Amino acid sequence: MAAILELRAVKAFYGQSEVVHGIDVAVEEGGMTVLLGANGAGKTTTLRAICGMVRTEGEIVFAGKRLDRRATEAIAGVGVAHVPEGRGTFIGLTVEENLRLGGYTRARRAQANMQRMYAYFPILADRRRQQGGALSGGEQQMLAIARALMMEPRLLVLDEPSFGLAPRIVEDIFAIVERIRKEEKVSVLLVEQNASLALELADHAYLLETGYVVASGSAKSLADDPQIRRSYLGY
Amino acid sequence: MEKRITLAAPGQAAVDSYGGLTADAWRWIGTLALIAVAVALPFTLSKYHVFELTMVMIYAIAVLGLNILTGYNGQISLGHGGFFAAGAYTTAILMHRYGVPYWATIPPAGLICFVLGVLFGLPALRFEGPYLALVTVAMALATPQLLKYFDTWTGGQQGINLVKPTPAFGLDRDRWLYLLILVVLLVAIRIAANMLRGRTGRALVAIRDHPIAAAAMGIDTARYKTLAFGTSTMFTGVAGALSAIVIGYVSPESYSLFLSISFLVGSAVGGIATIGGAIVGGFFIQFVPNLANDISDAAPWAIYGLAMLLFMYAMPHGVVGSLGPWFARLAQRIRLHNAAVKNSADEYKRWEA
Amino acid sequence: MHEFLQQVFSGLAAGSIYASVALALVMIYRSTDLVNFAQGEMAMFSTYIAWTLVNAGLPFWVAFVVTLVVSFIGGMVIERVVIRPVENAPVLAAVVVTIGLLLIFNSLAGWIYTYTVQDFPSPFPDRPLLGALITTRDLGVIAVTLVMLVLLFVFFRFTSTGLAMRAAAQNPVSARLCGIRVGRMLAIGWGLAAAIGATAGIMVAPVLFLDPNMMGGVLLYAFASALLGGITSPVGAVVGGLIVGVTENLVGTYLIASQLKLTVALALIILVLVFRPNGLFGTAIVRRV
Repeated sequence: MAAILELRAVKAFYGQSEVVHGIDVAVEEGGMTVLLGANGAGKTTTLRAICGMVRTEGEIVFAGKRLDRRATEAIAGVGVAHVPEGRGTFIGLTVEENLRLGGYTRARRAQANMQRMYAYFPILADRRRQQGGALSGGEQQMLAIARALMMEPRLLVLDEPSFGLAPRIVEDIFAIVERIRKEEKVSVLLVEQNASLALELADHAYLLETGYVVASGSAKSLADDPQIRRSYLGY
Repeated sequence: MEKRITLAAPGQAAVDSYGGLTADAWRWIGTLALIAVAVALPFTLSKYHVFELTMVMIYAIAVLGLNILTGYNGQISLGHGGFFAAGAYTTAILMHRYGVPYWATIPPAGLICFVLGVLFGLPALRFEGPYLALVTVAMALATPQLLKYFDTWTGGQQGINLVKPTPAFGLDRDRWLYLLILVVLLVAIRIAANMLRGRTGRALVAIRDHPIAAAAMGIDTARYKTLAFGTSTMFTGVAGALSAIVIGYVSPESYSLFLSISFLVGSAVGGIATIGGAIVGGFFIQFVPNLANDISDAAPWAIYGLAMLLFMYAMPHGVVGSLGPWFARLAQRIRLHNAAVKNSADEYKRWEA
Repeated sequence: MHEFLQQVFSGLAAGSIYASVALALVMIYRSTDLVNFAQGEMAMFSTYIAWTLVNAGLPFWVAFVVTLVVSFIGGMVIERVVIRPVENAPVLAAVVVTIGLLLIFNSLAGWIYTYTVQDFPSPFPDRPLLGALITTRDLGVIAVTLVMLVLLFVFFRFTSTGLAMRAAAQNPVSARLCGIRVGRMLAIGWGLAAAIGATAGIMVAPVLFLDPNMMGGVLLYAFASALLGGITSPVGAVVGGLIVGVTENLVGTYLIASQLKLTVALALIILVLVFRPNGLFGTAIVRRV
């Protein structure tokens, strides 16, 4: 299967500090790839590199186009939807306005897309006139995903969607993500600290440690690897 | 054992040597050289230039006060012209009404401005950012009006004329005043440096950058902020007193909002959280308006404004604020070079032995 | 009583001017975290442009619209060329840049148009109305301000560009991730602010008479109004402006005339701020540690 996103020898920098040291990552089209690793491993930085939010070296290719020299807003327009760490909700705006903003680059179909989002996430329909900041953590996560989907993306990039959420809600969210992946035919690149759940759903996985890829392969092979099980899965 | 290659001193000292001297040694040399030049200058320049440089130093003291408050402590003030005026008028009234000799008016001016600053700083604790800016602007605007209103004391619109001081040691008046103010400037810098490089300075910066964390660490933010205000206004007030002595005349119109703005601009151009930047600021305030006039007498303030823009584009952290990191990088490069030399010399020693 | 109401109404007219400029200040503050001290001088310069067009024979309202368009474009250009280099620099550097801009505009106006005080035509005749309670001119000023406010409200609430601008001001990172060009939104914000300032300048020039220092006092009152209302609140800017306008008029009529009026008015505003340090409608900045 073709890779919809490829990172080749990508380095990422915060100012003068090199934080990611020349990694190779590929996301297969239609599949779910997960980046695992402890805090500070460089997972979020890698996602930021893809979206042009940090200085990079190396090549980032998305569906045949180079992303690494483009501005963040241009990358969003090309079909990469990034759900950032902490959700990035517009807390001062209503749920509906948040969704409208997601549809900013696909304005013509925004109305139709919004109805689809309300179908996926009925709770958002109920709260459509409420301020984004008034929503609970789980609801904000759903809103963030819905906002990303309003862009009609080909690649959905999720940064720690389980962060700060109760386990029940996390399961719900991941179920929705899996459903979306199949129905919308979106490829998914996921960063997660909750390794066991992520490895259950993903096709491929990469393990990052202090800015290097130390293991990669099918999700199953990483889940079965005894070393990884001990370090990251706790058994 | 054969002949060995020895370096200036073993170990780390070899790395920290810049052309054979330590960083501290260089700082001492630099400072003494500057002071020597400063002392020699008035004897080589015309009277008018000496006067101009004297004003530079006075503005430097004023801007130093502002740096303490706005640079190190983050409380913005657009009203320091008012405190400058307070110092100037204290001197003027003491000299004119009570016949106090000029040099004896400086401590009272400083003290009164310190008290005023504390009194002002206490309610100012409630305000932040643009709100504090407004309150200080109001003060700057009120100053000329209040000065005109209390005309029995201040001489109102006419102002007060002062007798210029008699110089000591048989010097020219301009040179004598220059040297006197140079001494005050050096003392001011010394006081500021001691305060800002020690515990107080760290507390002020902590309050500026992370007020909540500072309070959580047990720093009495209210006390330090008020202290910063008072110290800041004391410096600027002393500068005002000196300006009254040097110019020999005070009037309400000289202390308008524009003066306060000039101080802020001078501070930003020099480097808001630096000590040396105050001197650069003094130069900017004294000379750039005149230069602007020379360039275009039709629209001099446009040139002044343009100068402000260009300085901020080129050096947004001010001249000294930008030079600081540059010197640090240079120093690091020298250290790296020294380390490389030392390493290869160590290798050679091992090879020899 | 009659005189009191008269003063209130004429205070509302002055207040509309302060409200407009205050709104421009708030708009720029929300998007760039910067108080644009040059707002008044930009407005003054725009008013001179309008004056030039009217003198060249253009009908008033045509000159008005052309000036608004020119000011809008000018505002955008200023944001891109003058402000953009210091957008990521320390705030003080940006403040100094706006002060420099203030000086440049003021000086250029004096140079191009001289410091001679000029007459500026008003589209509204100066006739008393409602039993001499308010003049048609004052009513006209209030009406124009009202129309402008309604248009702005509709723009920000119901258009996608308006929404994008609100988003860019609130959360530029998330806005970028939605494909919004935040830089362009900032430029539009400055353009709108310039156009609002131009409207205010044109409305106030018939009363204050046109000269390069015309907007100095207005800027101060507008700054105070914006803070009184809460520097982050557009509603606050308008309410603050009206309150300040009325207060200034009443203070000038019943308390102190002439010079000290400004000081007294500011003192009153500061008194209110002591009790509400974030303004009437401002939100306290919630700091997360």
